[in-house]
Amino acid sequence: MSNVPGDLRYTRSHEWVRTLPDGSVEIGISDHAQAALGDLVFVEVPETGRQVATGDAFAVVESVKAASDVYSPLTGEVLAGNDALASQPELVNQDPYVQGWIARLKPASTAEVEALLDAAQYSEHLASEA
Amino acid sequence: MAYIPHTDEDVRSMLEAIGAPDIEALFDEIPAELLIESLKGVPPALSEMEVGRLMLDRADRDGRPLNFIGAGAYEHHIPAPVWAITTRGEIYSAYTPYQAEASQGTLQAIYEYQTMMASLTGMDASNASLYDGASALAEACLMAVRANRRSKSSRMLVPRSVNPTYRLCTEAIAGTQGITLQTVDYDPRTGCTLLDALRPYEGQDITAVVLQQPNFFGQLEDVDAIADWARAQGALLIGVVNPVSLALLRPPGEWGERGADIACGEGQPLGVPLSSGGPYFGFLTTRMEHIRQMPGRIVGRTLDLDGRSGFTLTLQAREQHIRRGKATSNICTNQGLLMTAATIYMTLLGPSGLERVAAACIARTAELVRALGGIPGVSEVFEGPRFHEAVIRLDRPVQPVLAALANRGIVGGYDLSRDFPELGDALLVCATETRTSEDIARYATTLAEALKRPAAA
Repeated sequence: MSNVPGDLRYTRSHEWVRTLPDGSVEIGISDHAQAALGDLVFVEVPETGRQVATGDAFAVVESVKAASDVYSPLTGEVLAGNDALASQPELVNQDPYVQGWIARLKPASTAEVEALLDAAQYSEHLASEA
Repeated sequence: MAYIPHTDEDVRSMLEAIGAPDIEALFDEIPAELLIESLKGVPPALSEMEVGRLMLDRADRDGRPLNFIGAGAYEHHIPAPVWAITTRGEIYSAYTPYQAEASQGTLQAIYEYQTMMASLTGMDASNASLYDGASALAEACLMAVRANRRSKSSRMLVPRSVNPTYRLCTEAIAGTQGITLQTVDYDPRTGCTLLDALRPYEGQDITAVVLQQPNFFGQLEDVDAIADWARAQGALLIGVVNPVSLALLRPPGEWGERGADIACGEGQPLGVPLSSGGPYFGFLTTRMEHIRQMPGRIVGRTLDLDGRSGFTLTLQAREQHIRRGKATSNICTNQGLLMTAATIYMTLLGPSGLERVAAACIARTAELVRALGGIPGVSEVFEGPRFHEAVIRLDRPVQPVLAALANRGIVGGYDLSRDFPELGDALLVCATETRTSEDIARYATTLAEALKRPAAA
């Protein structure tokens, strides 16, 4: 059973969103997603300052078998990409919800965050996909 | 490899095993409106005997002229072992095999090729080869758009001193994918791209600058200045290079302070015969930071479970059989046979052999330009250093002169008047190491005779 922390929001495409105290958000891929992809060998993070819209492919996670897009759960501006992943892509596998974050965004609206799945809904979604 | 055809019995039992009524049933997911009932304009099949006759007749039409034409494909001496080895059954294949790792020999050949090309171009990594030099430039432009993430314009600066065929091919492939090619004119005195011609683009969003060295006219560009200019503009630099010239010229990886980002070009000069225009192969190399954006196959060296060294396809996650429509390229193959020939050619010559070939090319072309320049009615168009081609101007239209030379068994050069009308009656000539002093004298004498007759008004 994969780990679904209760304090985060989720998407059906398996990204998670954490609201930080300053109103910005941190984004990564869920424990379920990292397990499904297998050992990651490369993560392409979005460049700072990029404007992204909900559903845009804004990062790529690559395992030895596949390269998959990561979709932005929100509309907003990229504040930072996690540069540590350049040399340690395995952080996404080892610690998907903390050290394995992919990007920080300044969301255009907080309502969009609220509209994402909560942990219970995401767990349900995982169960329905299984 | 054994050649084992499928007998009717084999086909029947295979269809039975998977429960399909006939072979057509395997394709029934293709919508009917996409199927072509018959191929129009395709003549009926010929027997082997008829094909052999046809091809011999066509080869006879080419004859064995004395060749002074380059313009992107070059006649070099190919040592006999190159194709004797390349056509051995063990390695005689046009592709990377589908079960790639089962063919360690092929993968090793590709790995050696990649190592040589990376070293020759001064880059970190090479792919396993592409179709030809022109499509390699198109792929390099597509790659630059992926690799230069700061640029949003998909705009390339392409000097007119780049091979016009490469530009056409790049337009055809990359132009349909939102890439625009901006033309930059050349200096009429040197035939090279000047910084002054690039300055109007300063401060604009340019994805990449393309620079050919030696350029289409055979002239040597100021690669350092242009590489540094591109870098200052936040543009990537794509170097289109002749691999033979790199034995003497500084490789793209060392252009300017940082070097080019991508090097590409035509591999034909490395052991591939002219063959009426193909097949040839393209090469593409890059710096490590861009390797995930590089199109095509890449072979890596690794260790197996028992710790023994072996070869494997690597970075496949970017390729179309895995990433489908989002792949770096729809090219998932390479020109295996020609790439193998090039690897054997480079191995036989070694760095010093290739250097001697390049030096002989420069010397022969200098001799050719001296010989032709002494003929009344012939003048050299550009000044400045060159490699193994030069532009000469005649005192009359080029085509009739070329026809007169052809009648005497000489291919006199590439008529530039269609692509570069502003140069007037200009001819691009080339002499590689295969042209002797006698060949050059024969060309000069024949041309002098042809020009003695008064020019038609």
